[in-house]
Amino acid sequence: MNKEKQQSYKKYVENKTPKNNVYLNMVKAFIVGGIICLVGQAILNFCKSQGLEEEMAGSWTSLILVFISVVLTGLNLYSPIAQWGGAGALVPITGFANSVAAPAIEYQKEGQVFGIGCKIFTIAGPVILYGIFTSWVLGVIYWVTTMF
Amino acid sequence: MLKGKQSILFDCAPYVISSGSVVGKKEGEGPLGSLFDLIEEENLFGQDTWEEAESEMQKEACLMALGKAQVEPKEVRYLFGGDLLRQGIATSMGLEELHIPLFGLYGACSTSGEALALASMSVAAGYGEYVLAVTSSHFGSAEKEFRFPLAYANQRPLSSQWTVTGSGAFLVGEEKSHVKVSGVTVGKIVDYGLKDSQNMGACMAPAACDTILQNLKDFGSKPSDYDRIFTGDLGYVGQSILFDLMDKEGVDIKDNHMDCGKIIFEQETQHTNAGGSGCGCAAVTLSAYILPKIQSGEWEKVLFVPTGALMSTVSFNEGQSVPGIAHGIVLEHC
Repeated sequence: MNKEKQQSYKKYVENKTPKNNVYLNMVKAFIVGGIICLVGQAILNFCKSQGLEEEMAGSWTSLILVFISVVLTGLNLYSPIAQWGGAGALVPITGFANSVAAPAIEYQKEGQVFGIGCKIFTIAGPVILYGIFTSWVLGVIYWVTTMF
Repeated sequence: MLKGKQSILFDCAPYVISSGSVVGKKEGEGPLGSLFDLIEEENLFGQDTWEEAESEMQKEACLMALGKAQVEPKEVRYLFGGDLLRQGIATSMGLEELHIPLFGLYGACSTSGEALALASMSVAAGYGEYVLAVTSSHFGSAEKEFRFPLAYANQRPLSSQWTVTGSGAFLVGEEKSHVKVSGVTVGKIVDYGLKDSQNMGACMAPAACDTILQNLKDFGSKPSDYDRIFTGDLGYVGQSILFDLMDKEGVDIKDNHMDCGKIIFEQETQHTNAGGSGCGCAAVTLSAYILPKIQSGEWEKVLFVPTGALMSTVSFNEGQSVPGIAHGIVLEHC
């Protein structure tokens, strides 16, 4: 089949395929993401009220959010939240925790080394790699600008 | 007798003597739930892994089909089996105990058609009194193999399909029953260049269209000669595309077309988006829903066209398209 026909089939399929309502999805993402952040803020405030420094309270907040996400992942409850809330559940730190916990659970059957060890970062790996790489690039740019 | 370019009309048509269907909980809760032979509440089927669970389903389905016909495994000459997993491990790990000479197949979700075609050809040619055909798919193992770990949170696009946890086995043989395989049309690989593995209906519809048209041409039939034309797992998106493609060729199948992927789940309440998919989808629907209707004579003649999307995670990641394939099995009441 030639390229032109392939392109026209692709276009036809795009028109034919139902799509999620972007605006509705944004509202849902805002609600779910907002709730997660609200929980985070509540934890932060509580930690500070217990006399923790701002920075230490922040670390505890991240830790507790990650813990909650991992528990929910283990109970298979984080998936439905993301199915409804989309990016609202994926973007916060809880989404990142889920992307590490889920492979760990799934591949545990394939062993500690070749299962969990090799595959725990199959989803989060690219985020970590390109996150660090981007930070490095920005670091270099920053360093160059400081020379002038 | 060879018919046209791709089909065979059996001089001595083999019979589908019996069949077995084994499904998971979600399928059991679907519209066809009451028709399946065995519904397992626990999706691990008493095993440790998804892959072992799928193997167990295949074995159960085979034993179910054999049990119904009161045929011992040792009486079966050959077994044609396949699944969706790498190296066909669900089949090779599950069927060892049966000690039946085995052909392992891969035709993605069209494997039930491939297995039935080969089993029928073997019996019709006199190479076996009894031959088994079996396929399976499992939601857990398929998600793990083709997409993400089950607990990973992502949003499924509306065009995505839900892999059926199920296995269907068919005992084909010379012994007379009320369903015969009168002919087969073996499908070609059809590639319209689509690369979206989350829209398999659209990838497979051209293959289904090609096989159905070829079947009608080879046998000199028209769509109304069939009481029903069943596709395997085109789902909602694929079916509407199939109708458009057929319309373009001047053939209308809207009145008698059904899709196993559409009827196996309740789309709204079971959140299966575009419908069911997987080798098991067409196989268990054939076993539990289609065959009994042919057996009873409610339907005289049915064209069963399971459809497969031929891809792997490697081909997908390397940017290759997702070609489709579909095989046509002509089933008749007798």
